[in-house]
Amino acid sequence: MRLTQGTFSFLPDLTDAQIRKQVEYALSQGWALSVEYTDDPHPRNTYWEMYGMPMFDLKDAAGVMSEIGACRNAFPNHYVKVNAFDSTRGFETTRLSFIVGRPTDEKGFQLVRQEVQGRTLRYTSQPYATARPEGERYGR
Amino acid sequence: MVTIHEAIPRGLMDTNQGAKPGEIRDSKERYRAGVLKYAQMGYWDSDYEPKDTDVLALFRITPQDGVDPIEAAAAVAGESSTATWTVVWTDRLTAADAYRAKAYRLDPVPGTPGQYFAYIAYDLALFEEGSIANLTASIIGNVFGFKPLKALRLEDMRIPVAFVKTFQGPPTGIVVERERLDKFGRPLLGATTKPKLGLSGKNYGRVVYEALTGGLDFTKDDENINSQPFMHWRDRFLFCMEAVSRAQATTGEVKGHYLNVTAATMEDMYERAELAKELGSVIIMIDLIIGYTAIQSIAKWARRNDMILHLHRAGHSTYTRQKSHGISFRVISKWMRLAGVDHIHAGTVVGKLEGDPNSVQGFYNVLREPHNPIDLQRGLFFEQDWAGLRKVMPVASGGIHAGQMHQLLTYLGEDVVLQFGGGTIGHPMGIQAGAIANRVALEAMVLARNEGRDIWREGPEILEAAAKQCRPLAAALETWKDVTFDYTSTDTPDFVPTATPT
Amino acid sequence: MSLPDHDPAEETVDLQTILRDTQAQAVMDTLDSELIGLRPVKTRIREVASLLLVDKARRGLGLLTGTPSLHMCFTGNPGTGKTTVALRMAEILHRLGYVRKGHLIAVTRDDLVGQYIGHTAPKTKDVLKRALGGVLFIDEAYYLYRPENERDYGQEAIEILLQVMENQRDDLVVILAGYKDRMDKFFLSNPGMSSRIAHHIDFPDYSAPELLAIAERMLEQMHYRFSATARGAFEEYLVLRMQQPRFANARSVRNALDRARLRQANRLCAAGGRVSREALMTIDEADVRASRVFASPTSRDA
Repeated sequence: MRLTQGTFSFLPDLTDAQIRKQVEYALSQGWALSVEYTDDPHPRNTYWEMYGMPMFDLKDAAGVMSEIGACRNAFPNHYVKVNAFDSTRGFETTRLSFIVGRPTDEKGFQLVRQEVQGRTLRYTSQPYATARPEGERYGR
Repeated sequence: MVTIHEAIPRGLMDTNQGAKPGEIRDSKERYRAGVLKYAQMGYWDSDYEPKDTDVLALFRITPQDGVDPIEAAAAVAGESSTATWTVVWTDRLTAADAYRAKAYRLDPVPGTPGQYFAYIAYDLALFEEGSIANLTASIIGNVFGFKPLKALRLEDMRIPVAFVKTFQGPPTGIVVERERLDKFGRPLLGATTKPKLGLSGKNYGRVVYEALTGGLDFTKDDENINSQPFMHWRDRFLFCMEAVSRAQATTGEVKGHYLNVTAATMEDMYERAELAKELGSVIIMIDLIIGYTAIQSIAKWARRNDMILHLHRAGHSTYTRQKSHGISFRVISKWMRLAGVDHIHAGTVVGKLEGDPNSVQGFYNVLREPHNPIDLQRGLFFEQDWAGLRKVMPVASGGIHAGQMHQLLTYLGEDVVLQFGGGTIGHPMGIQAGAIANRVALEAMVLARNEGRDIWREGPEILEAAAKQCRPLAAALETWKDVTFDYTSTDTPDFVPTATPT
Repeated sequence: MSLPDHDPAEETVDLQTILRDTQAQAVMDTLDSELIGLRPVKTRIREVASLLLVDKARRGLGLLTGTPSLHMCFTGNPGTGKTTVALRMAEILHRLGYVRKGHLIAVTRDDLVGQYIGHTAPKTKDVLKRALGGVLFIDEAYYLYRPENERDYGQEAIEILLQVMENQRDDLVVILAGYKDRMDKFFLSNPGMSSRIAHHIDFPDYSAPELLAIAERMLEQMHYRFSATARGAFEEYLVLRMQQPRFANARSVRNALDRARLRQANRLCAAGGRVSREALMTIDEADVRASRVFASPTSRDA
């Protein structure tokens, strides 16, 4: 399957040139960039691992691009995403977030249905990947 | 400004110190039994400086022929606060002057003879904290049927910060909604299930599953889907949540369906909302016609139960559409932000329903901005400070399709839900294809905009380029390429542009 | 390597037009007007700009060009304008298209080097990330090299810098700055660094007349002026002060002017009564002569 989280997941994977332009856009808005990775793709997994600190006060995309490259090299079998954070009043939240790296074999989710009273069900999405421990979830 | 031509009754000059021409200050005279003009009773005061804590209202008044506009404005002030058609001695038991609303400014409406903008100030003491019901009962409860007026419209309001702080406001707000959905950087996508009426629960759920799996973030009950013979609400909820949960597992994204909990009584509404919560829905929906009290109740419930609250503005155009009479939608938007809804339908500009670009942007600003400066071009007559009240996500719904994506993004910005009902379900290749087409069009347009391209001009090119790699989008563009809704708008802002200083 | 196959006679380039279009000339003119003296520096800047300009023209015609090395070293005493020129240089490079953003990050050793093992690399990399796309200005760069202390982590920072200066020439220009003699010693011990510096520019000390002109300009910007006798006194002051140790050129002039303004203020307040606009603007001879430099020429000025 293809995990469609992030702002641009329905488009073909972004090239480095396209990623760079998005980073430049974020910088032009005064947002701080950060790189995160995870191997738990559940949509409610809010806290991916931070790859280094968020980068504030940057003027140019080159620094971010090298961090992205380094993270992708270090974690070829994880999801890697870039976040842009806006600290202005009224927002103070992420403004842009898109995936820049994926495991080659994305496993998807099992829908677990727990039958309770009447016709009511309790639903859980369970990633197939998380059946294994962290770090061993996606392999060659 | 309109000048006053009132003769001062003889014999009152000496005891009338400090009074406006026509106003009677001498208490004995003022409260003697009989009928006085409203302007004489103190409801018109051109020197009044509105306090920061006053509630301000702007009415568009059309006096009957022969009725003096100042008197009409004073009458509106009076009838929306403390006056009655004759003098009453019991007024003397109160600090009457404080409770009287004051009409303090009157401007003719540009280009429309016989119509005036009347500015009226209300003391904060007139209102109950945190109650839209009371606010509206006061301001619009009495005055609209008043005979001396041909027509009356509540055009805009300024809610003082002191009053704003007594309201809960949106239970979730745009920022937290996005954080819960984990979706940033683009408008959200939705669709109303079609046909509007008649589907049974299971078939209804099929539409939801297809649309959400295809790529939309939300699907939606229509305003009149409550609980009918062809589909009971419980069955709808059960089948819809099955569809939503399946779609979430298939895509790995948080998905939602606005489950409409509108019902005959408040108790029934709570019952429906509880089932929605039990089944794990992220969002519920209500219709405007349930009334202001019910809306505030459900808003409180939504906050307590971590539920996003969507409001369909059903019925509003009965009173918002005509410029001369009724309530402007910008006032409804302000009330709804205070009462506490997270989504509200606010216009599309380019779709099938009423909405001129300037007015619609005015509504969007009222809902989304932390502070609104005066912006006559967009119909905002007052500065409004929202004192940190959370932001409402506007919803654009009605006759829009993927081929308009560049216009939608330009007019409406990023914090909006774009709903493509017919545009998804009517796709020639099926519902999933319809959803894919909309999502790809949107993402491609956002990508291009961020890269610095001029999407207003290059929009069609960008869509064509994206369509080359996406057959559903190509089919959508082909199917709807000639669809536009170009009618002259009935509700446009009235203002005189001032020349920009060079 | 073959030349492009179109008739060379057809292709002409107007260098002046390119210079004007990029508005690099505007920056060099600003440099001329804003800094007094520094003739050799300004000449050198112009030379570098010409080289870059020609490079740009060649590129435009499809001729082979590599990325020229742009790293520089500014040597001279403090207060001779090194930081100001570095800022303008960053702008010129940006306007000619050699750095993407044209911002300048100014650091010293402490910004680059850590206090414990593993601290230096992230610190240096952080600075580099902020500087990429612009110019990194390292003041007193020789402090990075402390061979006498074996627990010093400066070497690590040097290694990282060398790598970036070589491999990311498109992304960053480095300007080192400091005293000439110490810089020379630093380069002797760090030939790798020396070989990467393409342009060495020396900033001579200002002459006394130049310093007087600088003083007048500073006063003018602050809406003050010398009285005629004060000007003469200041000339004498400069000559005396320049012979004393730790003279920091323009910086010392600014300090001296600040002290003169202090004395003027005290004088006016002590005199009392009404004060004219003229009086508020004028530095008198007494305000200058009160300096300790006149009292005992060998002692440090107060």
